[in-house]
Amino acid sequence: MTTPSAPLAPTPGQTVGPFFHYALPYPGDRDLVPQGSPGSVRLHGTVHDGAGAPVPDALVEIWQAGPDGRVVQEHGSLRRDGFTFTGFGRASTTRAGHYDFSTLLPGPTDPGAAPFFAVTVFARGLLHRLFTRAYLPADAPGASAEALAADRLLASVEESRRTTLVATTDAPTPASAASGVLGLRFDIHLQGGSETVFLAYPGH
Amino acid sequence: MPEPVLAPQADVDAEMAAITGAYEQAGVVETQPRRDYAPYRSSLLRHPTKSLHHADPETIELWAPCFGPTDVDPLEADLTVQHTGEPIGERMVVTGRVTDGEGRPVRHQLVEIWQANAGGRYVHKRDQHPAAVDPNFTGVGRCLTDGDGWYRFTTIKPGPYPWKNHRNAWRPAHIHFSMFGTEFTQRVVTQMYFPGDPLFALDPIFRSIVDPAARARLVASYDHDVTTHEWATGYRWDIVLTGSNRTLTETDTEDGDH
Ligand SMILES: [Fe+2]
Repeated sequence: MTTPSAPLAPTPGQTVGPFFHYALPYPGDRDLVPQGSPGSVRLHGTVHDGAGAPVPDALVEIWQAGPDGRVVQEHGSLRRDGFTFTGFGRASTTRAGHYDFSTLLPGPTDPGAAPFFAVTVFARGLLHRLFTRAYLPADAPGASAEALAADRLLASVEESRRTTLVATTDAPTPASAASGVLGLRFDIHLQGGSETVFLAYPGH
Repeated sequence: MPEPVLAPQADVDAEMAAITGAYEQAGVVETQPRRDYAPYRSSLLRHPTKSLHHADPETIELWAPCFGPTDVDPLEADLTVQHTGEPIGERMVVTGRVTDGEGRPVRHQLVEIWQANAGGRYVHKRDQHPAAVDPNFTGVGRCLTDGDGWYRFTTIKPGPYPWKNHRNAWRPAHIHFSMFGTEFTQRVVTQMYFPGDPLFALDPIFRSIVDPAARARLVASYDHDVTTHEWATGYRWDIVLTGSNRTLTETDTEDGDH
């Protein structure tokens, strides 16, 4: 065992740059479960810059618990077999700045906890990755207003900015009614009046 | 559309020098790039203006996605064998160890790289640099660290390339790296540079890390012990992720068979 000592200085980050599209995306990257499969949800949104314009060269990653609230430690995110849920997904934004995941609802990792997706954002022009959380809205299965109100992180954020951390439920459409796929929207604002609350963890 | 008028290098140099001067005056050591770094023009509208919110990592954030042999073919670590012929340029090996802030190896974890070819050209539809595409070089690699945190790639030394940040702007040669740690909070994407690059002082992306000692952590060192006889030159670059918050279990600290 190593004895704890003064932390080593970290290797600094740098921007993902404009040329990641032929390297980081891979087939099935955004489909943690096959699109439209029973019980699946669509988590999607637009990444905006400080002028409100969509960011067409961003990369969004999610990391989440399974529906039972357990942390998944399964291989296979890079080569999806269609059956194994790995909890990790990656989506590059479209020309309209939109990202899209097909996944399952995360369950509460601890009894009574408010479930959320852990989110990482990269982009050309963004010099160092950003972290945030996308909480399930109160009306989503497994979520509740009580759990959201009791959440420590949400409580520590000023009220006017709290909504930037909570996804919203899409209005049903004929397509969503037919497939039964719940839509969750989580827009990301890198800067500006509706700037998303981004997180710093200890050691950052 | 008329071509935008680009600032000369001297203007960008003056902006960077002013920021460096203020940093030295302030006397508080920084280890990461500034997201708000105006000399890198694309950052202007893409950096948060409010300070980051402190979060204590909760359960899911104390774990990282897990990758394994199903995810990565060992051949993906050799970027020189992805086509029928030999790519053009200086064949090189880059290797190093990935550890957390306590020096503990990050075992069996994913490392992804991408880069320009020897002429400074990416295989990307948006790259308009009029340098040749090498039909024998794509410039994308992946590997898993071994049981002691080591990664190793065989590739071609990338060339510097121009970009449109300002007039006559050139990026120092670099390889893009993407790493996962043992927990979510350690995720990082960065760029590795080569020793002695004359473009360092002129590059606002490199210099967005205002601390010179922190910048030096992105520069690989030439290592003759990595260089191989009549085959490839060798570079060593170690990666330290931000400290770990989770109390590591035996699976993390033993070199298990998974
Ligand atoms: Fe690059």
